[in-house]
Amino acid sequence: MAVPAMGSGLDKRMSEEDVVAALSDGMTIGVGGWGSRRKPMSLIRAICRSDLKDLTVVSYGGPDVGLLCAMGKVKKVVYGFVSLDSIPLEPYFRRARQSGAVEAVSLDEGMFQLGLRAAAWRLPFLPTRAGLGSDVTRVNPWLQTVESPYPVGFDPLKQDSTASAGSTDAGEREVLVAMPALRLDAALLHVHRADAAGNGAIGGSDPYFDDLFAAAADRAYLSCEAVVPTAGLKPDSPESTDGLRSLIIPRMAVAGVVEAPRGAHFTACDPDYGRDEGFQRDYAATAKDPAAWEDFRARYIDLADEAAYRDAVAGRSP
Amino acid sequence: MHLTDRQRVCVVALAELFRGDGEIMASPMGPLPALGARLAKATFEPALVLTDGVASVVDPDGAAEHWMPYRSVFDVLWGGKRHVLMGASQVDGFGNQNIACLGDPAKPKVQLLGFRGAPGNTINHTTSYWIPKHSRRVLVERVDVVSGVGYDRAARLGAAGRFHEIRAVVTNLCVFDFKTPDGSARLKSLHPGVSLDEVQEATGFQYALAGGPDAVPESRGPTEAEDAILDRLTGNT
Repeated sequence: MAVPAMGSGLDKRMSEEDVVAALSDGMTIGVGGWGSRRKPMSLIRAICRSDLKDLTVVSYGGPDVGLLCAMGKVKKVVYGFVSLDSIPLEPYFRRARQSGAVEAVSLDEGMFQLGLRAAAWRLPFLPTRAGLGSDVTRVNPWLQTVESPYPVGFDPLKQDSTASAGSTDAGEREVLVAMPALRLDAALLHVHRADAAGNGAIGGSDPYFDDLFAAAADRAYLSCEAVVPTAGLKPDSPESTDGLRSLIIPRMAVAGVVEAPRGAHFTACDPDYGRDEGFQRDYAATAKDPAAWEDFRARYIDLADEAAYRDAVAGRSP
Repeated sequence: MHLTDRQRVCVVALAELFRGDGEIMASPMGPLPALGARLAKATFEPALVLTDGVASVVDPDGAAEHWMPYRSVFDVLWGGKRHVLMGASQVDGFGNQNIACLGDPAKPKVQLLGFRGAPGNTINHTTSYWIPKHSRRVLVERVDVVSGVGYDRAARLGAAGRFHEIRAVVTNLCVFDFKTPDGSARLKSLHPGVSLDEVQEATGFQYALAGGPDAVPESRGPTEAEDAILDRLTGNT
């Protein structure tokens, strides 16, 4: 009997529905991708079909945030921006904010990155200048500052070795923002290729912050265009090392792998496929017309599963 | 893309923002700012580093020089080798900028993009703004939410504010800089054909006048060489 080559021997393959079953109400969920690019939309659609609610969504936001807001799944959005890229403002996120339906943790994009990094490194916070002087601190009154223990210009490498660090040095100490860890109960990511154990390969020109989301989360769920044998992850010849740089998601961060061809639709998943701009325009336009939204929902959301979605968009290109 | 005479003046003013910057990354947001940065690079700032708007730094022929995914942008901006040229939904007379939302941020009247990178940009490196439609709705006495930090707020930060610089605000009518003792706005130049009254009418904040009431300088137009470069860059040859 032929035994399929499994590499590490681990098999974490599951369905979108299995991922949703592993999540619970009130969780903090990080979503990979960026704006309307490489979003794990098949997993987002599965959440939309489920009865999950009261989620805190942490995202470089795009239609993932918008759809979850439109479906009433969101309690709080943690974001630096929410945008559809080619359409600057996400209409359903906008509506949810303006009606007060969702709470907001609105951050500088760099602070957001540091919050994920602090969580990944199990630190309580990371210091940064980003946020100082701005209203980020006013709208998030829990944000604290921290005084540097070192005076400005302190340099131990140029210091007299007999001087004790900091204690007697005169001089101003910078006050910085202490960006707290953004700990995620789960992260949802979409990549180009993965093996059954959860090693993920990201193609295209930008990995965004997907590896950071995975590292900041208790467990990450990876959807991918195709599950391949481990030996097939690296997209080039064994002699070249270039493809190694695409192997960005390590299996130790990953709890589940979902094979989801066109799983990022309608967001961009270059180089496999670009954004479906026509579909995105139609989606955005439904925010102006309740009947159009009901129609969109019936055709693309209230379906049995992701396979039914694939059928529903089968004729479209990209 | 066809440029009007006024747009050409604006692009030159946007290019001038980068004068003296040397070998740093220019991050212009939007078509005219991008044209301004490319004009500066093609003339007096040849060492400027420009991206293709995706994840590559490219030379003037479009060849990739360097990989610049979003994660690396933060390394560059926290290191200070960057001059960002952003838009603004609101900007005030100390250069505070808002792109987050209008009204009460707890329940905004109008939700905009969010803070994006504006707080971190303004506190770490040089920032300028481009306002394509000069009006009292945009140039306001007080912004609703401070995304990008202005001079009054930066002054209170001590050493942590030492990398802050708002170089200028370029609009379709004029250029403001902040070369005043308290870092408040100063009308640096009027675009040709624009009157002081016109700017006064459309501006919601107070500002000083470079050169005095009757002698505000005029923004320069493109040289012949710059016109030719602009024609080439816009495919208008």
